[in-house]
Amino acid sequence: MNTETMNLDLTEEQLAFAAEARAWLAEHVPATPLPSMDTAEGFEAHRQWEAELARGGWSVVSWPEEFGGRGAGLIEWVLFEEEYYRAGAPTRVAQNGISLLAPILFGHGTDAQRERFLRPMTDGSLIWAQAWSEPGSGSDLASIRSTARRDEERGGWILNGQKTWSSRAPWADRGFGLFRSDPEAQRHRGLTYFMFPLDAEGITIRPIAQLDGTTGFAEIFFDDVFVADEDVLGEPGDGWRVAMSTAGNERGLSLRSPGRFCAATDRLIDLWHTHQEQEPFAQDAVVDAWIKSEAYRLYTWGTVSTLQNGGDVGAEGSVNKVFWSELDIELHGTALALLGPEAELRGPSAVSNGRWIEDYVFSLGGPIYAGTNEIQRNIIAERLLGLPRGGDGRKSS
Amino acid sequence: MKFVISDEQRALAEAIEQVIEGAGGTNVARTWAAGDLAPGQELWAQLAELGLLGLCVDEADGGMGGTPVDLVVAFERLGYHAVPGPYLESAALLPNLVNPAIREGLVDGSVIATAAIPGLLTYALDSASSTHSYIVNPDSLSPATAGEPMKSIDETRTLSELRATESAAALDEQLVATAIDRATLGCAAVLLGAGERLLHEAVEYAKIRQQFGRTIGEYQALKHQLADVRVALTFVRPLINGAALDLGSPAGPRSVSAAKVAAGDAALLAARVALQVHGAIGYTQEHDLSLWITRVHALLGAWGTARYHRNRVASFIMSPISQLAPVA
Ligand SMILES: Cc1cc2nc3c(=O)[nH]c(=O)nc-3n(C[C@H](O)[C@H](O)[C@H](O)COP(=O)(O)OP(=O)(O)OC[C@H]3O[C@@H](n4cnc5c(N)ncnc54)[C@H](O)[C@@H]3O)c2cc1C
Repeated sequence: MNTETMNLDLTEEQLAFAAEARAWLAEHVPATPLPSMDTAEGFEAHRQWEAELARGGWSVVSWPEEFGGRGAGLIEWVLFEEEYYRAGAPTRVAQNGISLLAPILFGHGTDAQRERFLRPMTDGSLIWAQAWSEPGSGSDLASIRSTARRDEERGGWILNGQKTWSSRAPWADRGFGLFRSDPEAQRHRGLTYFMFPLDAEGITIRPIAQLDGTTGFAEIFFDDVFVADEDVLGEPGDGWRVAMSTAGNERGLSLRSPGRFCAATDRLIDLWHTHQEQEPFAQDAVVDAWIKSEAYRLYTWGTVSTLQNGGDVGAEGSVNKVFWSELDIELHGTALALLGPEAELRGPSAVSNGRWIEDYVFSLGGPIYAGTNEIQRNIIAERLLGLPRGGDGRKSS
Repeated sequence: MKFVISDEQRALAEAIEQVIEGAGGTNVARTWAAGDLAPGQELWAQLAELGLLGLCVDEADGGMGGTPVDLVVAFERLGYHAVPGPYLESAALLPNLVNPAIREGLVDGSVIATAAIPGLLTYALDSASSTHSYIVNPDSLSPATAGEPMKSIDETRTLSELRATESAAALDEQLVATAIDRATLGCAAVLLGAGERLLHEAVEYAKIRQQFGRTIGEYQALKHQLADVRVALTFVRPLINGAALDLGSPAGPRSVSAAKVAAGDAALLAARVALQVHGAIGYTQEHDLSLWITRVHALLGAWGTARYHRNRVASFIMSPISQLAPVA
């Protein structure tokens, strides 16, 4: 039964939790922003920050205590994220591991895997890269061609092939991704989920500069790379099912918490105060960014309530992903309009060191990664609205 | 913290749904538009029986003592079925502004009242079919008579300007402001309901209409437009519920305005896409789609325009002094 009346009230404990996080962040967040985590120097600085967070006990608040967390609930997690972004704290370089891999390890991993991998993820000593995409397989991920061949003698698998667009792979410690372990099986079957060290024999990593010039991602080449059985996540051949729980996480709550947009909107309002003459028509766009950030914040509380009532997010995650990725671009685009001719500047002569244009360029990737927005719209249309599949040559989505 | 509606509110929505469907659903809008008021009045009486007209009235005054969340849950259903008549005025705006005798009549359905609010609600709806008309001023209420009836693009709406007939009764400004915000929020909920219905109609049509040997719902050009409507409407609901929780607090006006802007934008998108998905059949008055398309357009300019509400949000969030104090 669901009889409690609607409310957004927080308990004394929840407010105290938020206050504790706020106080710790105020004391520890670096006064000058760290260099971009898509550079060697910035990656290292962000790794150090993960260690600092762990020392304070704030790196994985929602995890069980035995793995370095605080066993905090969903509400506390959202509160922490709000505080985190409001404090202007650094981007989480460990997020691939913490938000995308860890939930699967909790659900599908072995005890030994949880022992080996979870703790080191929490303090920056083990940073993960995602290795899904291949040159021929983007949206159609099930078409991947990189292979895993059984090596019975050594008790493991031999990986061959190529992955690409793997964010921060040049500096990360390990990668996770799917490989075709049964060439006979149908598309979605016969895939196995591997977690491999990026310095393994036979791996070559070629950095790729992104739109903003930083080395944001990389190609990974596999040339007879041996991976032991202990690094297989879930059952061999069951990788697709295992991986899809990652996709849901990335689209849903964990990747883009509302704090991020609320904090960016607050900065946008500050920018409007100093730059409104540049673009008098921007006022409405600022208001709309605020309304949408507020909608996203409130929507998240609704999702939290649904999850707490035992419901699940399912295809709603796709609605969420389209919304935040478009909001992100609108919000940052409005900042550029306010900056006018200054918008293109980077470095010390730019407003906020060029953060607006850099964050804008980053926002442009939003509709592409984590499943493109076109794929999300397919999912919304077919799974939420119940429209028929097909029409674009897909056998399945 | 619990930000989903309760089982009781779900039951309220279902009860309203049943009453409206029992009364003929969209047929009520059709007869009302044609000048046959009886089915609409009959529905009014049934909804009064259910407690809808007394939803915002304290139990001590014979009402249901409902919350603003109850109100938006109820008004979304009215929008979904394009129910005609001055419900926002009678159930949300006026109950706390009129004298106890009239209030009693509003609650039991024997009084049907309409209103104009200078600057916000320029034309009174359905004055001729109401028993009472009022001009709501920031600090007073004036009984009024209606001028010449005017037609709306929404055939169910007959509009008129009002002229005060008696001296105004003084009212507390805060009381009036909250009453106006309550009704404005109700209007946002009506827009959400209309938007949801437009989406539903378009999706159902896309599943059956065939062209080029295929169901048109297979075409991505349509799928993606419909998905965008789903996204827009999904993010209106939390703003409406959030504003319902804020109603009467210092943040109330800001949140109500945000909800009205977002509901208007999303409903308009739903109207455009639903029409496009239907093609020419949707462009006819005979098709029921016209009920919601024209209702959405009518409500965009009523209860404060988008301009008014965006400015009001701006006056809160862009004030250099405080997040919650409006700029004078
Ligand atoms: C900033 C950034 C970081 C990334 N990081 C990683 C990472 O760490 N690891 C990793 O593995 N990958 C990463 N990616 C890659 C990302 O996952 C892919 O870009 C994505 O899956 C889309 O694949 P694609 O680029 O090959 O585009 P394609 O799949 O080739 O799509 C091209 C266009 O066609 C459209 N399209 C494709 N199929 C359909 C369809 N059925 N219906 C309608 N339209 C369709 C797409 O929406 C898109 O607009 C990253 C990408 C970006 C931009």
